Amino acid sequence: MPSPGPEKNKYGGNTSCIQIEHDQTCLIFDGGSGIQNLGKKLGDDISEVNILLTHLHIDHIMGLGYFQPFYNPKCTINIWGPAGSSESLTVRLRRYFSPPFFPLRLNELPAKVNITEIDNSTFQIDDFLIKSEYLCHPGPTVGFRCELGKAVVSFMPDHEPSLGSSNFPHLSEWCSGYNIAKDADLLFHDAQYSNEEYDRRIGWGHCSMEDAIDFGTLSNVKKMILFHHDPINKDIDLETMLNQSVENKSFNYELMLARENDSFSI
Amino acid sequence: MPSREIEVILSRQLADSLSTSVFIVDPDGNLIFYNEPAEELLGLRYEETGVMPLAEWSSIFKPRDDHGNILPPEELPLVHTISKQQPAHGEFWIKSLKGLEFKISVTSFPIMGRPNRFLGGIAIFWKKIEK
Repeated sequence: MPSPGPEKNKYGGNTSCIQIEHDQTCLIFDGGSGIQNLGKKLGDDISEVNILLTHLHIDHIMGLGYFQPFYNPKCTINIWGPAGSSESLTVRLRRYFSPPFFPLRLNELPAKVNITEIDNSTFQIDDFLIKSEYLCHPGPTVGFRCELGKAVVSFMPDHEPSLGSSNFPHLSEWCSGYNIAKDADLLFHDAQYSNEEYDRRIGWGHCSMEDAIDFGTLSNVKKMILFHHDPINKDIDLETMLNQSVENKSFNYELMLARENDSFSI
Repeated sequence: MPSREIEVILSRQLADSLSTSVFIVDPDGNLIFYNEPAEELLGLRYEETGVMPLAEWSSIFKPRDDHGNILPPEELPLVHTISKQQPAHGEFWIKSLKGLEFKISVTSFPIMGRPNRFLGGIAIFWKKIEK
């Protein structure tokens, strides 16, 4: 859930949302509360937006109804995301866009909305080649690999790589998410818990900061952004966790905590 | 090496946690994992054999019916599951690599990921009678 406040001025308190820009293409990964500010920044002139949803837990879609381009009749919004085992993505999204959760229904939004279901899929959005693959996390959840030429950005905000792996972090063949993250220039990865917290939350679909760092090493990433901070953690808590997590750990890539409004060029 | 599908990874996690013997095969029938109870029963170790093709694992234990007739691969429940993508069950005799003969009961089912992706099969088996 969003948890802004003065003790979170440095890293921010909004929920999952990042944007990738290239030429006229706008890709948005997840529709957490962070998408509200992003919508304002995109302005009224934007004609097409692509929203790629990793899954439909509320912290990843709660900002959609407050995303300004949905209220622009000149804008087309393409949504990609996983279906359920027995319900389509459209039906699942309609549950959010309906009373009592939201006053407007999906088909009442002024923008033109296209919805596409994905699973272990490969598809093109303009110049981007996108790959999605199911990850270890409760409910249908995918990670995204976004390729443009030789540049690779991977997005796995909710992921528990050590669960199911027979020998984590050593065997890529048996490690969830490896195909999505492999050799990424930039990986946004779950790092919600400390080791002690994770030990009490195994199977919840998130990982410890230390496991995230090990996963980055296994996947040979060049830079990792530790993402999906626990809402109860303040800036100082996150920095303490990071310091403890890198202690006595060797890794050969750049590592940093996700910070609201950060931008990266590849 | 690329990672396997999450449904297969989690199947292995489950198999690894059980005291019941489990085989996991990919959609082509290659034996991609068997757990410790299966190792003990069959007399071989996964770390030593690695992945085994269908033709090898379906014959190496010399599966036979009650009359001693060799069973062809297509009559084994897991092979049926792979070829038909359906659950199957059967009982037959095998000979472990340690030379012991058992009658085993086998139940197999397909691994169907969302949305209806066929990812392989799982066989759970246990010893009924030892000769």
